[in-house]
Amino acid sequence: MKNMITNILVVGVGGQGVMTATEVLAEAAISLGHDVKKTEVAGMSQRGGVVSSHLRFGLKVLSPKIAPGDADIIVGFESAEALRWSHYLRVGGLVLMNTARLVPPVVSGGLYAYPTDPQAEIRDLGIEVHAFDAMVIAKQLGDMRLGNSVMLGAIADHLPFRAEVLLESILQRFQTRKPEMVELNRRAFTAGREAIARLVQVEALTPNFA
Amino acid sequence: MTGIHVLAAPTRMLLSGNEAVARAVWESGVRVASGYPGTPATEMLENLTKYPDLYTEWSVNEKVALEVAIGTSMAGSRSFCAMKHVGLNVASDALMTLTLTGAAGGMVIAVADDVGLSSSQNEQDSRFWGRFAHLPILEPSDSQEAYEMTIAGYALSEQFQVPVILRLTTRICHVKAMVMIGERVPHESSGYIKNPQRWVMTPGFAKSRIMLMFEREEKLRASAEISPLNFVVAGKDCSVGFIASGPAWMHVQEAFPNSPALKLGFSYPTPIERIRAFSKTVEKLLVVEELEPLLENEIRAAGINCHGKDFLPRSGELPPEVLKPAVARLLGEVSKQLVAERTVLPAQVFPRPPTLCAACPHLSIYYTVAKLKNITVAGDIGCYTLGSGHPWNALDVVICMGASMGMALGLDKGRTEVDKDRKILAVIGDSTFMHMGMQGLLDITYNRGNVTVLLLDNRTVGMTGGQDNPGTGRNARGNPAPKVDFVKLCEALGVKPERIRKVDPYQLPELAKALREETKIAEPSVIITDRPCVLIDDFKRQPAFKVASDQCTGCGLCIDVGCPAISEQRREMLKRPSGKEVMLQFAAIETAACTGCGICVQVCAPKAIVAAAVQTINFVKN
Repeated sequence: MKNMITNILVVGVGGQGVMTATEVLAEAAISLGHDVKKTEVAGMSQRGGVVSSHLRFGLKVLSPKIAPGDADIIVGFESAEALRWSHYLRVGGLVLMNTARLVPPVVSGGLYAYPTDPQAEIRDLGIEVHAFDAMVIAKQLGDMRLGNSVMLGAIADHLPFRAEVLLESILQRFQTRKPEMVELNRRAFTAGREAIARLVQVEALTPNFA
Repeated sequence: MTGIHVLAAPTRMLLSGNEAVARAVWESGVRVASGYPGTPATEMLENLTKYPDLYTEWSVNEKVALEVAIGTSMAGSRSFCAMKHVGLNVASDALMTLTLTGAAGGMVIAVADDVGLSSSQNEQDSRFWGRFAHLPILEPSDSQEAYEMTIAGYALSEQFQVPVILRLTTRICHVKAMVMIGERVPHESSGYIKNPQRWVMTPGFAKSRIMLMFEREEKLRASAEISPLNFVVAGKDCSVGFIASGPAWMHVQEAFPNSPALKLGFSYPTPIERIRAFSKTVEKLLVVEELEPLLENEIRAAGINCHGKDFLPRSGELPPEVLKPAVARLLGEVSKQLVAERTVLPAQVFPRPPTLCAACPHLSIYYTVAKLKNITVAGDIGCYTLGSGHPWNALDVVICMGASMGMALGLDKGRTEVDKDRKILAVIGDSTFMHMGMQGLLDITYNRGNVTVLLLDNRTVGMTGGQDNPGTGRNARGNPAPKVDFVKLCEALGVKPERIRKVDPYQLPELAKALREETKIAEPSVIITDRPCVLIDDFKRQPAFKVASDQCTGCGLCIDVGCPAISEQRREMLKRPSGKEVMLQFAAIETAACTGCGICVQVCAPKAIVAAAVQTINFVKN
């Protein structure tokens, strides 16, 4: 049997819930019987630094780290972070990104510039990008912390398993920790999923896209 | 993390290397587990505090932690001790003689190297300690192995009456992978058996133990030669064979699935005959070990031809993207395929260094210190090391835990005429002070140093995620514990009572006044701040602020605070009547992130920072 490994790279900024999102993805893969490895370098990243979380699953996973050029999907919780890690994507891979921007003090203080249009820069590399503002959706649902489930909803139809498996992992997590948040997270997940579905549709109708 | 112990075996679950070690320690019937927090080792002991039926403690430092574990082993019970790589430097005094007494009850010392320096001041290779102290080293390659080798470590420890070093790295500690767990097996303690020849290391007794230590090392080598933790994975392509340990093993397997490879899990004493036999089956031999060429040098010394650091880096991890081009060079191939694969270069994106949190009590410290002139600041290890970064640039020197004290004294005693008016400051946190700073302060008072110490008591070990220490009033399990009084402690260490001040770091004028006055007086002084870390339960969030943009004059002082909730909105150049150009920075506060500490309110000259919501619950309360 061929050992097909799925490589998902989730990136963002410390405090955004990148590691939790990857953990939920891992739980979904485990529920289907996959071997799983998940890695990130935690430590100072908790203080607003760069976070990249690698998830690999399949029959048997050896190295926990995704090599540059090997990621099937990059999930960017923040615009510039999606750009920062875009060289990790394999040829024909997909970037799903939040267009929200988190500007660090070194940028707002004028030491560095924020990229004018990270999304366009990634596209210029010939990469397929689906971008939307997850924070706006989370805000509409009334809680910024829902951004995490919105992003997971966005990736749900691009995984090698059914979206419902991922939804089930999210709901189970909240069922044991915060049962009152189950319904809101289901809505956040659905909203993220629909946002991406709409984008894919629009992009398919735009012939000269890219 | 909670409730892992409730799960019955056989259960397969996703565990980090640290969680897997904790599980195995508990299953091994360990009676005492000790440690000091430090990335990436922290979660081993942190997880153990969730398990029943064993004693766990955060010790004041790694040396004490190891000594506690030694005592438990002498009492005939199993012990466990966890620390980061630099922690073993601190504990090394005990370690180097512990190797002579050996262990009675099984003893595993888990040491986590920060390969790649994710959160450390250096990148040293702890495998040296095995060679230096003649102790066996086990090196797991993932969570499952971390679990299995911990259990194997206790058997090995008791078989040879020796403490065992479990060498982990960040890429083991913080990787989550599937682990098949088992049941707890209670350990039968042999009890304390009096034996001064073994436990009292006077020169006479120690001398007789040295030969035993060397004999033990040879027996361990023989054991490593036949250990199932060392094994060969066959491969068809014999142009290169690999020897690897730790996370590098997985990288080798990933990158070269068709090559023969010898895995070293029980990597010291080096099983040299096993390596010799393997070397004969391959054309070229490449030793893939993270950091120092320890195995490589030993293999060469044994007359076996091999490659290693002549093709591989001596710093950082060795993932497939590093290994593949190195092996191509070793084989003399200019790999076209590799060149083709590497067409996409990383995008040029601004750096995003870690920052202090909104309302962090260290913000006002560095805002104030950054404005002082003619000053040298000796920093220490903790969140407050971030004070060296933007926008404060407030630290001059940082070395290791507790070093701010001694270095400040040295900066004082070593100054020349040019620096005679320079003020010397030391900045240290509560836990770091108790770890290694107290002795330094005693040295300052004893030797009449002209140093002002800023003791930042935020009531937790902040950088590692909020662990307890003797200053928090809680023990490792969160239960009430005696709480140290820092004022009394500093007084007992010889600082004059009138030179010890306790200030609220949220009160900027009070803080600035204390700093100004204490640095003027040429004797040891201590300024203690007492606001809690914003990430622990002791912190109470206050109503948020906002910038009334029509009143902001662009002075930029609030931006100098360095709070991540404050950002520059726009800047303008203003030409003063004198002709001098000044830059104006207009600010905004992200109200959702603001926790209302009020530091920025105090620095804002035009009083443009105001309550974000006029009508709040607080108004009702008042």
